[in-house]
Amino acid sequence: MRKIAVVGIGQTKSGEHWGSSLRDLAKEAGKAALQDAGLNPQALFVGNMSAGRFAGQEHLGALVADTLGLRVPSTRVEGACASGALAFRKACLAIASGRYDVAMALGVEKMTDLPTEEAVTSLMAAGDQEQEASVGLTFSGVFALIANLYMNRYKLSREELALIPVKNHKNGVNNPYAQFNFEVTVDDVLKSPLIADPLRLLDCSPISDGSAAVVLASEAFARQCKDPVWVLASEQATDALALQNRKDLCTLGSVVQASKEAYARAGLAPKDIDLVEAHDCFSIAELLAYEDLGFSEKGWGKELLISGEVCIGGSIPFNPSGGLKLGHPVGATGIKQINEVVKQLRGCAANQIRGARTGMTQNLGGSGATAVVSIFRGDA
Amino acid sequence: MIGIAGYGSYVPRYRIKAEEIARVWGQDPENIKNSLVIEEKSVPDIDEDTITMSVESGKNAIARAKIDPQAIGALFVGSESHPYVVKPSGTVVAEALNITPELMLADFEFACKAGTAAIQCCLGLVKSGMVEYGLAIGSDTAQGKPGDALEYTAAAGSAAFVIGKNPLATIDETYSYTTDTPDFWRREGESYPRHGARFTGEPAYFRHVIAATGGLLNKTGMEPKDFDYVVFHMPNGKFPLAAAKKLGFAKEKLMQGLIVKAIGNTYSACSLLGLCSVLDVAKPGQRILLTSFGSGAGSDSFALTVKECIEEKRGLAPLLQAYVEKKSYIDYANYVRLRKKLKM
Repeated sequence: MRKIAVVGIGQTKSGEHWGSSLRDLAKEAGKAALQDAGLNPQALFVGNMSAGRFAGQEHLGALVADTLGLRVPSTRVEGACASGALAFRKACLAIASGRYDVAMALGVEKMTDLPTEEAVTSLMAAGDQEQEASVGLTFSGVFALIANLYMNRYKLSREELALIPVKNHKNGVNNPYAQFNFEVTVDDVLKSPLIADPLRLLDCSPISDGSAAVVLASEAFARQCKDPVWVLASEQATDALALQNRKDLCTLGSVVQASKEAYARAGLAPKDIDLVEAHDCFSIAELLAYEDLGFSEKGWGKELLISGEVCIGGSIPFNPSGGLKLGHPVGATGIKQINEVVKQLRGCAANQIRGARTGMTQNLGGSGATAVVSIFRGDA
Repeated sequence: MIGIAGYGSYVPRYRIKAEEIARVWGQDPENIKNSLVIEEKSVPDIDEDTITMSVESGKNAIARAKIDPQAIGALFVGSESHPYVVKPSGTVVAEALNITPELMLADFEFACKAGTAAIQCCLGLVKSGMVEYGLAIGSDTAQGKPGDALEYTAAAGSAAFVIGKNPLATIDETYSYTTDTPDFWRREGESYPRHGARFTGEPAYFRHVIAATGGLLNKTGMEPKDFDYVVFHMPNGKFPLAAAKKLGFAKEKLMQGLIVKAIGNTYSACSLLGLCSVLDVAKPGQRILLTSFGSGAGSDSFALTVKECIEEKRGLAPLLQAYVEKKSYIDYANYVRLRKKLKM
């Protein structure tokens, strides 16, 4: 396959952008990525989960291309909260096919124009309407079911689970793009309002507006750019849409499969990865990622947390940016994660991992029906 | 010299504690009390409404003004809970206070700032010589949807101000700041208002309160340190403290007018009852800054100076503290009954 590199990145701050529309957000992130790359894309892929429900806007391919003044083929890609990574992967495949040399992937979501309850209902459109939503499940409920079973089966305490949001808030304190820049304690997590037992407010990612973009180029074009970050693999897998149809609730099979394929394509093993930006939509999801991405045996993920291996300075830091906990504009999240890994591999992240050379992103759609795992390597 | 010739307050006797509301809705009372900085709120009796409360506060204001009610040429009642959609509250109030029939009258609505808008209109009419005295009232029996965060704060109360000569406090300057910002609203036929959650904070309350106060300071050439007391609209106990901090007012200057913790947010009466609380203790020569906020959204800011005659007028009607202290607690069931929330 042709070698592909990320040659430009751009993102907005995640948050409540009351003064910015869907279009404004896409423009800010897209322009920044185009400027960073200094190349004009020949194709555009837009990751977005639910602009139709959140903002009454469909036809995002044309909207984003128009906003950026690009008259190139532009396609919207949807896979719930994995829409961003899917758009990225489509852009990779478009270049790999040889049809294009430069492509852009842009994720955008404008969620705060709806009241919270309507936003939560819209998010549940990523689940199974017949088998999950119809019985009253919301996403916090879905992940609470997983958390309950996991805690019971593997003797994970509520306090241990709280270490994940504590770590991620600490990581994100200096991230200028994070929705929140404050630290929390285990006690804060345990005292925050109960959302879906056992998950509390500080276990949950927020409702966010935001956008992120990357420009990708074939090797010949990437060599002309400064600091290209090479895409070693970007693999996608699918599992049952509804939780009840999975083999096991405590393992996200799509993540296991996508990561296995990504390691194989990159010719790497978990020990070769220097950092991971993982999909911690709820704190339990990050714990599953330790195991499903191969950094720990099933049921032993908490040891990485307690020993500090997943913290900055540990052997495999997870979410040095603060992760989804500090902003989850759903359709933009997958590309936001790639922005963070690229910065790490360029050596210019807000919370820089020293000597980081190889990074990974893991983006989930729904409760794991879709998963995308990508591996990147810096030139340095 | 034109200003506040007389002021009067009124707060209903019933109170419901934040704990009691939290108990019914299964919420953590400490969390609610800490996040809203509120202990309890006032609840009107079953036969109390914006009209009856306006009569109570109006009587107190006229008593302090020491004038013949017939000298009042204008009455504006500001509220977002006028009992009638069509037919003014003011006509009933005016008859009860004996200020009819040679009277200019209209009801006002601008969410929580209709009362301060009424003061500004009275001030203009008095200054132009169109009327000798004007009576401006802000009253509300605020509606909080059961289970909504607003239920902890939506309270009832009234404040009235006779505007004219021989003032106990001069109104030295006023400045308003208004934009179309839909942070909180109730549509025709709806029982309860809706709000844009955190959108009610930065782009609504803080933007308007800070811009109006800043505009007033600019217009008068005064600084926060020139004022002895400051009153901001109090949707909860937290927002006015944050606004004061952002504008550089010392916290102590806010405390006398910060009455929300004990009676809740009385909407159109809210910042005005805060002003009553300050006038109940202020000394001649002291300066007061008042900034209201109404969703939708706008803020009116005022600079006032307390005059000598406040000492003789103050005792002519009950102090706000008397109403705050005269209280009976009710449970949520009685709250539901009194507020007619039970639909059959």
